[in-house]
Amino acid sequence: MHDAESLIEAMAGQLRELLAARGITEPMLVGIHTGGVWIAERLRQLLGITAPLGQLDVSFYRDDFSRIGVHRRVRPSELPFDVEGRHLVLVDDVLHTGRTVRAALNELFDYGRPASVLLAVLVDRGGRELPIEAHVVGARLTLPLDQEVQLTGPELLHLVIQQTG
Amino acid sequence: MSATHFQLDPQGRLLHFLTIEGLTRRHLTDILDTAESLHGVAERRVKKLPTLHGKTVVNLFFEASTRTRTTFELAAKRLSADVLTLNIATSSAVKGESLLDTLRNIEAMQCDMFVVRHEQSGAAEFIARHVKPHIAVLNAGDGRHAHPTQAMLDVFTIRRHKPDFAHLQVAIVGDILHSRVARSLIHALNILGAGEIRVVAPRTLLPAQVENLGVRVFHCPDDGLRDVDVIVMLRLQKERMEGALLPSEPEFFQRYGLTEERLTLAKPDVLVMHPGPINRGVEIDSRVADGPRSVILEQVTNGIAVRMAIMSITLGNHARPAGEAV
Repeated sequence: MHDAESLIEAMAGQLRELLAARGITEPMLVGIHTGGVWIAERLRQLLGITAPLGQLDVSFYRDDFSRIGVHRRVRPSELPFDVEGRHLVLVDDVLHTGRTVRAALNELFDYGRPASVLLAVLVDRGGRELPIEAHVVGARLTLPLDQEVQLTGPELLHLVIQQTG
Repeated sequence: MSATHFQLDPQGRLLHFLTIEGLTRRHLTDILDTAESLHGVAERRVKKLPTLHGKTVVNLFFEASTRTRTTFELAAKRLSADVLTLNIATSSAVKGESLLDTLRNIEAMQCDMFVVRHEQSGAAEFIARHVKPHIAVLNAGDGRHAHPTQAMLDVFTIRRHKPDFAHLQVAIVGDILHSRVARSLIHALNILGAGEIRVVAPRTLLPAQVENLGVRVFHCPDDGLRDVDVIVMLRLQKERMEGALLPSEPEFFQRYGLTEERLTLAKPDVLVMHPGPINRGVEIDSRVADGPRSVILEQVTNGIAVRMAIMSITLGNHARPAGEAV
């Protein structure tokens, strides 16, 4: 078990630099349920962003519906701002195949046409199956396929690496 | 095997949606929670989700309907399915084609879901038992038996306003005898643990042993409506009436019609519901139907999200090989 807070602070530092370099003064954060929302909320505090947080549940956009059906604990997606023309920062806990990020991008564009989307993740564990890379990465891990990394929270955020199956 | 169990797979997941009877509270809350996630889709720039992209939904309507048919159509379209609606009362049935022949022909067009409305009780179950195993069947109303998606949109509408079901008092008023809506709603409210369910109707419009469904019976609205949280008015099913089950329509309105005066018997924040289409001046006064306590049009809107939820859950369960963990 590893404490995630220091990684999130590192993410905040990278993100601050990147936003400054791109001249983005009013970014909107959008977390992917569930871990991504927790991290986005921490980043929002660390960067002093006052705008409300967006939350996405990509269950209805997943590409494996025909294999696994609807997730039982689906929550409403909520974007409490107009995404049209805005600079967005999409936040997730673990970047693996890239399929969740693809689903999230598809969902975002059904709300409008953002000016730009940055991707910030806590952990990049490799294993990409799609051409998707993150702009901000808290940590890079190389894990065998039979292990997974999970974020537990929301009070204290910890990374847990465990055997699958 | 009854329809109750037939609609579930060996793991207890919904494969079809034929009746509320025999479902668990978890089945119903899963549907309600999923519908809650789908409710906001109508507010987006693109009112569509890709979930059922590439699936084909066929609405088989052997009995006339406007609201149910159009909301099922919209629900399927908002999930990106292709939709075909057949009003069979006006097509092959009159040419003498049997129900099974009709089914086989539509099956040959490679569809994934049938939405069935029929004047015979048990029709949707009959179809579910005879279609190929990959096809999901949803009951959109069968005879006097069940109208389970209507019941789900009713409890969804109630839950959005009054989530505390344990203390909820609901009065269902009017023609209980002919009403599949009432039957399904009573089952749903009982499964969700509603505090008290009342039926308010003349003896002639109540089924025998209605008490066994878990309801309190009232013959007079002055008692039955007192302090209730929700009033569900039923449509007087004039087309289903045989013989002299009730006096004249004006007399029914005088004794049971929901007027502003009767509404004051209920709690001040009462919800007035009606499955539609309403008979103005027969079971409900226009001032109540269009008044501030009415959520009748909200029910119509909610019907889309609830039907999207049921479609995506049943088709999703078909997609997943039985026994495979999530």
